Amino acid sequence: MRVAGHWRLRKQRLTLQGEICPVCGAHIFPPRDVCPECGQPASTPYTFKGRGEVYSFSTVYETPDHFTKYKPYTVALVKLEEGPIITAQLTDVDPDEVEIGMPVEMVTRRLTEEGDEGLILYGYKFRPVMERVGR
Amino acid sequence: MRDVVIIGIGDIRVGEYWDKSLRHLAHDAIMAALKDAGVERVDAVVVGNTLASFLAEQGHLGALIADFVGLRGVEAVRVDAADASGAAAFRWGYMAVAGGLADVVLVVGVEQMSERSAEEVVRAHTSVLDQEFEGIHGATPNSVQALLMRRYMHEFGVAREDFGAFPINAHANAVGNPQAMFRRAISEKAYARAGLVAEPLNMFDVSPISDGAAAVILCPADKVNAYAHTDKAPVRVLASAVATDAVAVHDRKDPLFLQAAYLSSHAAYTQAGITPRDVDLFELHDSTSIMAALSLEACGFVARGRAVHFAREGGIARNGLIPISTMGGLKARGNPLGATGVYQIVELVRQLRGDAGDCQVKHARIGMAQNLGGTGATAITHILGIG
Repeated sequence: MRVAGHWRLRKQRLTLQGEICPVCGAHIFPPRDVCPECGQPASTPYTFKGRGEVYSFSTVYETPDHFTKYKPYTVALVKLEEGPIITAQLTDVDPDEVEIGMPVEMVTRRLTEEGDEGLILYGYKFRPVMERVGR
Repeated sequence: MRDVVIIGIGDIRVGEYWDKSLRHLAHDAIMAALKDAGVERVDAVVVGNTLASFLAEQGHLGALIADFVGLRGVEAVRVDAADASGAAAFRWGYMAVAGGLADVVLVVGVEQMSERSAEEVVRAHTSVLDQEFEGIHGATPNSVQALLMRRYMHEFGVAREDFGAFPINAHANAVGNPQAMFRRAISEKAYARAGLVAEPLNMFDVSPISDGAAAVILCPADKVNAYAHTDKAPVRVLASAVATDAVAVHDRKDPLFLQAAYLSSHAAYTQAGITPRDVDLFELHDSTSIMAALSLEACGFVARGRAVHFAREGGIARNGLIPISTMGGLKARGNPLGATGVYQIVELVRQLRGDAGDCQVKHARIGMAQNLGGTGATAITHILGIG
């Protein structure tokens, strides 16, 4: 069981916390110690809004053993409104209805688990943006 | 720096070896290479391997393999650069000889994957990705390459079926290679019908889970007569270059451009004093069809967005503008990960010696090999020449 390894990523997995570079203003996710844009130290936390669009996607049939029970599932590259692209699964959508450019928003879902006795791991996935109704 | 030559090669047929373990596979390739070179001493052994720590729970391959082949006492280490470990091992051997630290170096790449289930292999193989931000989401090496393929189709208006030109070429070439895993041609119809692995990649787009081992012997160019007892012409290492990129494709400015492949290939052209036009054949990293396309573009053989059309027009065939996967490539020779980069070198040497049989590229004088780690986060390019 790898408790600390997952615990220390809780802010990224559950709230999409990344960084803003204090020097060049770049939005960074996942967080890094060095800004990929300007090479300066990056450490100012920034919580992403969790909205973006599908940059690419793939429905996966050949899976690692700890994901076999979820197959097929759809992995995507999501381009966040603030700029960065991240890798995440799509959820609450028929894979045949996904297209590049589709607006999506972050939700928290079960990612996988470490066997029957181990940790259950939660984190971000993305679903099609829900239309607001009424008012 | 000293000029370095390859004086011996050896490999086993890529396939599934249930009756032999990793050390036996390495042994068989090493003995073939030592015999081919006719050398009587080895100063150092460099081992390339990707997944033995996961699949066989066996690390420490330098000492293990050196001892097993009767070289107990010799300097020996394993080098890791994900799927590019074979080329990395070759480069470390090259650096030792070029730098004057060793005279005769044995490089061996070895991998054994078939004794585990596909799910276990795929899980171990995700270690070449960014586990915290790709692997945890169920991404696999194939599915990340599928993401690039889908985006490529979108940006450049290429149809899925058109990618079939790459595996069809690779399989056609492998028919003539006795060391290839799949010596069968495939048709466009078979490609179109193949089952999906990670959409839009199908079974014929992806390289197989394979076992294999390949070895080469290096020495300084001016000491060939002292060490090699063979009538084979030595093959010169004209260039050796490594470059890196972000491990996760989501961290790259332009995911459809393999920056590390660009950097290492162009550094290699400069070292060798050549341009892509001078390259007679190119053993590239066709782990999937899309990676073959992106490699051709990054290395300057075709303009961006043109590689699939170029392949369909025959540009990659044995008699085309730039023959690739001339002995089957990763797709049909097989892709025993940490051995693949050494197989590429062995195949180039066969081509340059004129020993490639039915796979022979006519008038081959300069050959290039490029081995990629992960989704191209490590790119290692070698250029070899003869005469």
